[in-house]
Amino acid sequence: MIQWFKDVWEGFWTVLVGMKITWRHLFTQKVTLQYPEEKWQLPPKSRMRLFMKYEDCIGCGQCARACPVQCIYIKADKRDPKATPIFAANGQPIKLDVTVFDIDMSLCCYCNLCTYPCPTDCIYMTPEYEFATTDLTNHLYHFAKTGAKFLTVNPKAPAKPAAPPAGAAPAAPATPKPAPPTPAPPNGGTPPAPAGA
Amino acid sequence: MASYGWRVDDLDTDEMILNMGPQHPSTHGVLRLELRTDGEVVRAARPHIGYLHRCFEKHAENVDYPGVIPYTDRMDYVASMGNSLGYALAVETLLKIEVSPYVQTIRVIMAELQRIASHCVAVGTYGMDIGAFTPFLHLLRDREKILDMFEWTCGARLLYNYNWVGGLSHDLPEGFVKACRQFLREFEAITYPELIDLLLKNKIFVKRTANIGVCPVEVAVSYDLTGPNLRGSGPPRDLRKDAPYSGYENYEFQVCVGKGEFGPLGSCFDRNWVRTVEMAESAKIVHQALDRLEKMERADVHEKVPKRVKPPKSEVYSRSEAPRGQLGYFIVADGTGVNPYRVKVKSPCFTAMSVFHVLSRGMYIADIIALIGSLDVVLGEIDR
Amino acid sequence: MDLFFRLFPEAWPDWLRVALSAAIPAVLLLTFMAVGPIVYVYAERKIAGFMQDRLGPTRVGPYGLLQTVADAIKLMFKEAIYPTGVDKKLFLIAPCLVVLGAFLAMVVIPFGGKAQVADLNVGLFYVIAVSSLSTVGLIMAGWASNNKYALFGAMRSAAQIVSYEIPAVMILLGIVMIVGSLSLQDIVLYQEGGLTHWLLFRYFPIMPIAFVIFFTAGLAECNRTPFDIPEAESELVAGFHTEYSGFFFAMFFMAEYTEMFVISSVASVLFLGGYWSPLPNHILQHIGPIGLGPLWLIAKAWFLVFVMMWLRWTLPRLRVDQLMYVAWKVLLPISMVLVVLVGGLLMIPATRNGFPWDRWVGWIFTLVIFGALIAWMAGARLSKKRRVQDLAA
Repeated sequence: MIQWFKDVWEGFWTVLVGMKITWRHLFTQKVTLQYPEEKWQLPPKSRMRLFMKYEDCIGCGQCARACPVQCIYIKADKRDPKATPIFAANGQPIKLDVTVFDIDMSLCCYCNLCTYPCPTDCIYMTPEYEFATTDLTNHLYHFAKTGAKFLTVNPKAPAKPAAPPAGAAPAAPATPKPAPPTPAPPNGGTPPAPAGA
Repeated sequence: MASYGWRVDDLDTDEMILNMGPQHPSTHGVLRLELRTDGEVVRAARPHIGYLHRCFEKHAENVDYPGVIPYTDRMDYVASMGNSLGYALAVETLLKIEVSPYVQTIRVIMAELQRIASHCVAVGTYGMDIGAFTPFLHLLRDREKILDMFEWTCGARLLYNYNWVGGLSHDLPEGFVKACRQFLREFEAITYPELIDLLLKNKIFVKRTANIGVCPVEVAVSYDLTGPNLRGSGPPRDLRKDAPYSGYENYEFQVCVGKGEFGPLGSCFDRNWVRTVEMAESAKIVHQALDRLEKMERADVHEKVPKRVKPPKSEVYSRSEAPRGQLGYFIVADGTGVNPYRVKVKSPCFTAMSVFHVLSRGMYIADIIALIGSLDVVLGEIDR
Repeated sequence: MDLFFRLFPEAWPDWLRVALSAAIPAVLLLTFMAVGPIVYVYAERKIAGFMQDRLGPTRVGPYGLLQTVADAIKLMFKEAIYPTGVDKKLFLIAPCLVVLGAFLAMVVIPFGGKAQVADLNVGLFYVIAVSSLSTVGLIMAGWASNNKYALFGAMRSAAQIVSYEIPAVMILLGIVMIVGSLSLQDIVLYQEGGLTHWLLFRYFPIMPIAFVIFFTAGLAECNRTPFDIPEAESELVAGFHTEYSGFFFAMFFMAEYTEMFVISSVASVLFLGGYWSPLPNHILQHIGPIGLGPLWLIAKAWFLVFVMMWLRWTLPRLRVDQLMYVAWKVLLPISMVLVVLVGGLLMIPATRNGFPWDRWVGWIFTLVIFGALIAWMAGARLSKKRRVQDLAA
């Protein structure tokens, strides 16, 4: 009998306590982001759209090997040994002609594993996320382009008298692709390669 | 509609077979429940799983050891730091790598934050199933802050690929410690007491959940329930205390068990109570870990990450305490090649699902949903 | 109605005068009531959003004001699906009955001294009788749907409404005993004189408890949380309106919100003083020749509608058997005890007109409640910083 009274009182009281909380919440600041008008700046490490700078790619295929879903397709031929030597931005000579470098973003799982083994840091994830498209084939990105301007002078050549200090990464030239590049992965020096070398 | 094993003669005159089909209004995933009901009361229940099977274990045989980590994230997608932590620990045992205390501390911080976030979803959606819509949104607001912190650290909000074999993928950014402390302060001061007052102590919620789904200790142990499902029935079994990994022995925290204060011990209420109190305990652990972190010098999180993971021919079974229970990885390495020979996952939700047919006998249909919610199943982990 | 009767010239035939003087107020009331759900649905969504730390509708029209209009237009254009095997006539009549049950009760609510569509001297009895019409409509809807689960839901809903009418009527019995008349106009006139004369504060703890019971029973009549098993979205059976789509669904929806307003206005007429302003000496009752009575009644009714919405977003749902337990084993015994107490107190000459502390306890109660609400409003705090990275600053 006493239990009945206690139940009724507790029922009433807990309802009132709950009502107090929701009343207070009527006046707190709302957390809604009004999307197209307000957009948040994503942190620079955000893993959204993949970008690859074709002029720096040496065609080693490490990124394709590291990718767990095999969404990177690379085809490279040996360069003519008599052609002008070309270099990537960090000084590595490019010995292969990358004829096909496709990334299928509809397969990509945004895990970022491809960026670490790259010896020249030419592939990285950018914070750009608004790339929805109505046609799925638009998600197959072709990065290999004809008529790309490669560096014919080694930017890190040590023999030059007025050599720039070692380790300084030169600023990347402007690219026609959207989203400016984000800085290199967290640690300086060679990025570690967790995947097979 | 296939109804395996039940023949027409099994049905009594008033019984009917009801399908709570793969499409649910609740957010637990694609699960088909076949209920044999007599009016409103359930006589027998049979869950059908497999709608979300994505061949995780087969994929793991075709990618190399570090490449399995994105796949492990996707098993229990609500709590993916826990999955990758378990896998990384297993492979580190195979390779006999000891990570630095700095990495261990960060791993603990991330795992406990993930535990808070996962329990936010669990308790919030449970409230929604019972009919209280508001606590879900308040908890999700806080979960968004945790996910913002994860995004700040490693770039992704839900599937992180953060715990690597031998280390972590990114170091903590500047200001993380301060932001984390501030968030936890707000969580412990505002959200947590409000959750208890608004949802858990509410008499209607108590009446709905305190007498149903009672799982006695013997049943829980014999069906191998782990995590909050087991602790709700009484036994204080927690892998973080019983078999500590990644530096958990250095932290002081209590193992939360159900108390049975409103009904029999082991009811749905107790399991939810355990999850709620665990959120507060995890916040305490994160505070202690942040304190330890500030006293250490920053180390390189990529220091012990091997260039190429090629373990010798061996096998390992390694367990960790995921938010849903004991997550176990059994990895067989055959010594040749960079891919694992076999990765088998012991998923806590799978065993939790197995006790469903015992607990659901004699319940009302309305309570079935409450029961599934209280077992906190995520179909991605059951089906892999 | 008499107002309009005298407006028309004597020369016109009687039947015309009667018909017009009945039709015009009815049409006015109907318009007001039909526009009501548009406001209530918008208010519900906004309030729900704000209680959940989010904005409600914001896109359609400024601050989302046209959201319900857009929803109504959408529902009107939706295909009205007739499942196979439904009884066409019943299927079509059922929503009409439910809506009718809600609208008819407003006919006797007094909006002002003379502003009442029909001043029946059995007004309260009429209200109870007519709101049961919607129960018939519910059962018809469940039966005509040719769906086992809809029938289930309709039966449960009918059982719920019928069970909760009994404590409500008991409380009304208490009110009628105090006032001595069934006419709603008399009940309002009895409460003239400001806050302290309201029936809410009569016999101080007895009538507030009676109000709570009446309000709870009213919530159950509207199928609102915590009693919304019939229309619960996350339960298995979607209730009696499973098979209805398009405009019929809109009618059920409209009936629910109208019923909320009806219950709230009946409660404010009975307990909160109807169209009188709460201040003594008729302050704020008139502005010049214009009476503010209707506005006061609508304000009180809207406040109670807000409380109903507030409860919906705070409380979980009761299970069907617990719902019945509350009706028969909690509300009914308490209301019977209250009625006996009120009757007894009325017999004793010393307490015939209320307890001696009724005069001032009303003010204290109101001030305490409003003070608490305002204090909590001021104290509502949550970090102003939305991004967690800004917490590091």
